[in-house]
Amino acid sequence: MAGEKETVIRVALIGNPNVGKTAIFNNLTGSRQHVGNWPGVTVEKKTGRCTHREIEMEIVDLPGTYSLEADAIDERIARDYIIDEKPDVVVDIVDASNIERNLYLTLLLLELGANVVVALNKMDIAASKNYEFDIEELSLLLGVPVIPTVATTQSGMGELRDAILSAAVRREKHRKVTIGYSDDIEARIKEVEELILTDTYLANTYPPRWLAIKLLEKDESVMDRISSSPKRDQILEVTRRVEVNADTFAEERYRAIDRILHASLAGRRDHALTTSDLLDRVFLHKRLGIPVFLILMWATFQFAFTVSEPFMVMLERVFGWLGGLLGDPTTPLISLWADGICGGLGFVLVFIFPIMFLFIALAILEDSGYLPRAAFVMDRLMYRIGLHGRSFIPMLMGFGCNLPAIMATRSIGDEKDRLITILINPLMSCGARLPVYVLIAGALFGTYAGSAIFSMYVLGIVLAILMALLFRRFIPGLRGKPAPFIMELPPYARPAIKSVLLYMWSRAVVFLKKAGTILLGGALVLWFMASFPWGREIESSYAGILGHTLEPLLAPLGFDWMAAIALFFGFLAKEIVVETFGILYGVGGEDAITGAVAAHMTPVTGLAFMAFTLIYLPCLATLGMVKAETGSWKWTGFMVLYQLVLAYVVAGIIVLTGNLITGVL
Amino acid sequence: MKKTLSDMQPGEKGTVLSVSGDNTVQRRIRDMGIVRGTEIEVVRRAPFGDPVEFRLKGYNLSLRREEAACVSVEV
Repeated sequence: MAGEKETVIRVALIGNPNVGKTAIFNNLTGSRQHVGNWPGVTVEKKTGRCTHREIEMEIVDLPGTYSLEADAIDERIARDYIIDEKPDVVVDIVDASNIERNLYLTLLLLELGANVVVALNKMDIAASKNYEFDIEELSLLLGVPVIPTVATTQSGMGELRDAILSAAVRREKHRKVTIGYSDDIEARIKEVEELILTDTYLANTYPPRWLAIKLLEKDESVMDRISSSPKRDQILEVTRRVEVNADTFAEERYRAIDRILHASLAGRRDHALTTSDLLDRVFLHKRLGIPVFLILMWATFQFAFTVSEPFMVMLERVFGWLGGLLGDPTTPLISLWADGICGGLGFVLVFIFPIMFLFIALAILEDSGYLPRAAFVMDRLMYRIGLHGRSFIPMLMGFGCNLPAIMATRSIGDEKDRLITILINPLMSCGARLPVYVLIAGALFGTYAGSAIFSMYVLGIVLAILMALLFRRFIPGLRGKPAPFIMELPPYARPAIKSVLLYMWSRAVVFLKKAGTILLGGALVLWFMASFPWGREIESSYAGILGHTLEPLLAPLGFDWMAAIALFFGFLAKEIVVETFGILYGVGGEDAITGAVAAHMTPVTGLAFMAFTLIYLPCLATLGMVKAETGSWKWTGFMVLYQLVLAYVVAGIIVLTGNLITGVL
Repeated sequence: MKKTLSDMQPGEKGTVLSVSGDNTVQRRIRDMGIVRGTEIEVVRRAPFGDPVEFRLKGYNLSLRREEAACVSVEV
């Protein structure tokens, strides 16, 4: 019995994208949330708990989806969860202001035999469109409870909780109302259903009517599910004989929706001009659309990376101070504390600020409804290089910092599009590479320093485009075309502070978990290699030995062992390259380092070194996030490999052509 | 007159006759409510000319012209 105290009611939330599902989830669970991934995939899984009338509910937030077919990963997760896990109650969140298309998913859920409660959300917006619902009639026609809600003002949440509880107690296996198809189709469904009922395994595992409909729709994944049934041939015979397909069912469902709304909704008339339409006349205007887009992107970039910078500097100082607490690092233990832990964490944890600021900005853009429009504006350009409109913002943010940029790829729906965007993102020259360019270009290129630095940014973009095109063509698993651009442009809305902050925090937690484990571990390994055998100069440390070992490999590029060590430490954070040169050349102060660089490098090797720094590897923290976001060591390894090879090749080409030109001159 | 969605001009309205194209595209277009009998209007093209924004069933949807070409309509 669901009424007993020990029983936990299992509730699943489902709905189309942009219906306010996250807001309802937040309202129901408050801070009692857990964010993870669905097993085996990188689709985010959020679970939470809430207690209502002394009864505990466990709430799972299923991915936002328009349908329940199995060929899209989000939809498969949602559908399999409902079929296999059989949650006690499925709360279907329906956007009242966009009800016609939203009810399509509701009908699919009812067909699936789920114990549905409909939360009719955004009632305020529906009211502003003069929609008048007859809630009782709607509930009667659908055969399930319908609760009007406004998630943004928490209205209707108590009623929704009550409805979930009573639905869980009632828990009917067979609903009394069915959304009927035309007589002709109903006869076909009946025929297949009766065949299914003669196979007890099928009849007990799946809702028979749902299975019959899916078989008539010729859904391939469902065809597979009956492959071992003794009735298989008979069933397939019937489905082959009749001339209905998925289109027929979709049309009939929309016809049923029309009937339902005709009886339960007044005020649905011709489209009146909304504020959203007026805003789009500017934001998506033929000529104004692009400048508006650029201004918004500039503001986002500044907010994420310029505003967060003082915080980063402060945190770095705090770690510097903490590291100094035990005095000079004269023993291994003090060095572990000062250089290993505080130094390592100092370089890794500072990323928390650009992450927080960028995701505040992105959450505002997303919740306001602009993000899909940004994709709409940029899709044409991105499509040309084999990417999706949604890839643009993560690429642009890469110029600030690749780490949060890679986290931002979550908004790209298609797995291939997303992987390619992640793989090429580190080629966007991030802020931490700039000090390296400034040092080397300043030392070697005099008045042309600015052009040399600028050329690195251009080089990164050109390489990113080339790589994207190459991956699309030649890498198994990435081959093919970008995903279709079938995207809703939801009405603009005012973002809620709470949901913006919760979103930002969920991203920050993902990073903090990595920082405390894999990233700190990586930093300690680097520290160990630089400090041991204890008491030696850096040249004869393990890192130094590695540098000497690598020297022959890098010699064709004109890099000596010191450059090799600098690059090695640059893996912790690119800006360390500058410091490392200072230590290795045995000089302090910017001017002295600049002078030493000029003495050790020619302009040609300097340019090659800059290009190598750009390409060879993203920093440790970014690489850790690539592993987290791809969920795959294989793709992380692939990234390391292709970037090392590419860096070597590009630096090699620069040296060769550079030497040719200078030789001729 | 019969046309595809990609041939229609902003402001033009039509009624969907059929959806073609590869399975995934066909299915996803259908899931968004583009089925036979749906009334659909072209709202605007993106600043670079593609994708295109449509209005149907009380909401706004964007498709690349490539996908829009899979939908034939009676204008």
